[in-house]
Amino acid sequence: MSRLPRETQNHSPAEPDCFVHFVHIAYLLSSMAVNSVFDIPLGYNAPFSALSNDMLQGNRLTCLRGDRRLFKDVSFSLEAGQLIQVHGPNGSGKTSLLRMLCGLAVPAQGEILWQGENIKTIRETYYRAMTYLGHLGGIKDDLTVMENLSVSTALAGAVPDQQKAAEALRVMGLTGREWLPARVLSQGQRRRVALARLLTCETTLWILDEPLAALDVAAVRLMQDLLEQHLGRGGMVVITTHQDIDITTGTVHRLQLA
Amino acid sequence: MFFRIIQRDLLLAMRRRSDVLTTLFFFVIVVSLFPLGVGPEMKMLRLMAPGVVWVAALLASMLSLGRLFSGDYQDGTLEQMLLSPQSLPSLVLGKALAHWLVTGLPLVLMAPVLGLQYDLPADALVVLALSLLLGTPVLSLIGAIGAALTLGLRGGGVLVSLLVLPLYIPVLIFGAGAVEANTAGLGAGAHMSVLGAFLLVSITLAPWATSVSLRVSME
Repeated sequence: MSRLPRETQNHSPAEPDCFVHFVHIAYLLSSMAVNSVFDIPLGYNAPFSALSNDMLQGNRLTCLRGDRRLFKDVSFSLEAGQLIQVHGPNGSGKTSLLRMLCGLAVPAQGEILWQGENIKTIRETYYRAMTYLGHLGGIKDDLTVMENLSVSTALAGAVPDQQKAAEALRVMGLTGREWLPARVLSQGQRRRVALARLLTCETTLWILDEPLAALDVAAVRLMQDLLEQHLGRGGMVVITTHQDIDITTGTVHRLQLA
Repeated sequence: MFFRIIQRDLLLAMRRRSDVLTTLFFFVIVVSLFPLGVGPEMKMLRLMAPGVVWVAALLASMLSLGRLFSGDYQDGTLEQMLLSPQSLPSLVLGKALAHWLVTGLPLVLMAPVLGLQYDLPADALVVLALSLLLGTPVLSLIGAIGAALTLGLRGGGVLVSLLVLPLYIPVLIFGAGAVEANTAGLGAGAHMSVLGAFLLVSITLAPWATSVSLRVSME
């Protein structure tokens, strides 16, 4: 912590250093380009209600890790307003299954279908409708909370909107910390920043890997409310967690691995 | 998104200057030590200048390759990039361009000044800077493929040099050759054209190859 003031001071762009000036100018130029030409909506974000016939299916999925078989012939289908909670002991392949569902890993056997089509063939459509939140939150230490959120929102294909981002951070209980570098946040707060992405991206399908890790009781309750709202709007969720989640809206399925 | 990625990477470079400055100091030190080590023999210095500057630029570029994707890999941003509906090659091109802006372009700007130590004539200094201007983006683009392939591997640093070096060599030969041809009075046009061709080919193919490598590495 004692390093903090020095680091913060280091960020001032007024340092007499030609390289810094150079980077600063390049940065300014690129931000001008972004703000002037490229702030047009990059993608079409359909409201979920229009997509109520969405469906995610897994057909006889098998996962191999080296010589070991983690699971075999796992099948499921997920429709609007439904949540699948994946259960299983440590090392049973929960994360592997979720990585398969979002296309980061390829199943040894079986296929994953989104609206009846293999996710490999409709990658762009699928990624517009899906948000994956892994163990790693994708939070950059050197960026502020707000910058982190707007970069991840833009990456997800949504248009970053400062007001919407501020609102999402308020819901996640991070008001007043928008302009702090993520480096100074606690684990739980970093989780909250990562979760705020769910609110700014507005996708139909959420794939959440241990989203409740490091969250306090209030945040767990908040997360449950968010999940309920999402299911109520016709969203879908695949989630792994060792905690009990208590959801009354929508249908909750259990998927037991090994 | 292409510009947004460049903007983000430049912002990160600005907040983490020591990483970038290491590369630039490395370049300055290597290029400056040669005249001191070899001695003040003008003829020899003039002869070896293009080679030394180009080798130093090549090593400096390679030195910073490890950081191209590793930060994003470790904190999970790379997962988000792979799961983005935006086209991955364009994101990769943005990252490679940002990498060049912070590690390649400063070398281009410093090279004429450092070239003075080698008693290069003014027109040779211009050719040297131009050849670096065309050549260093190629180094960043090709390096990105190597960095993507060795992502998350232990000892990836050594491996990336072995993978990338054979592809760097043509750039080195034509880059240094441009200055020599100019000094010999042959004109640097042919070498520059070849360097320009390298640049066009790598802009077209490298982002695509890098994207495929990233998907393989993340599995």
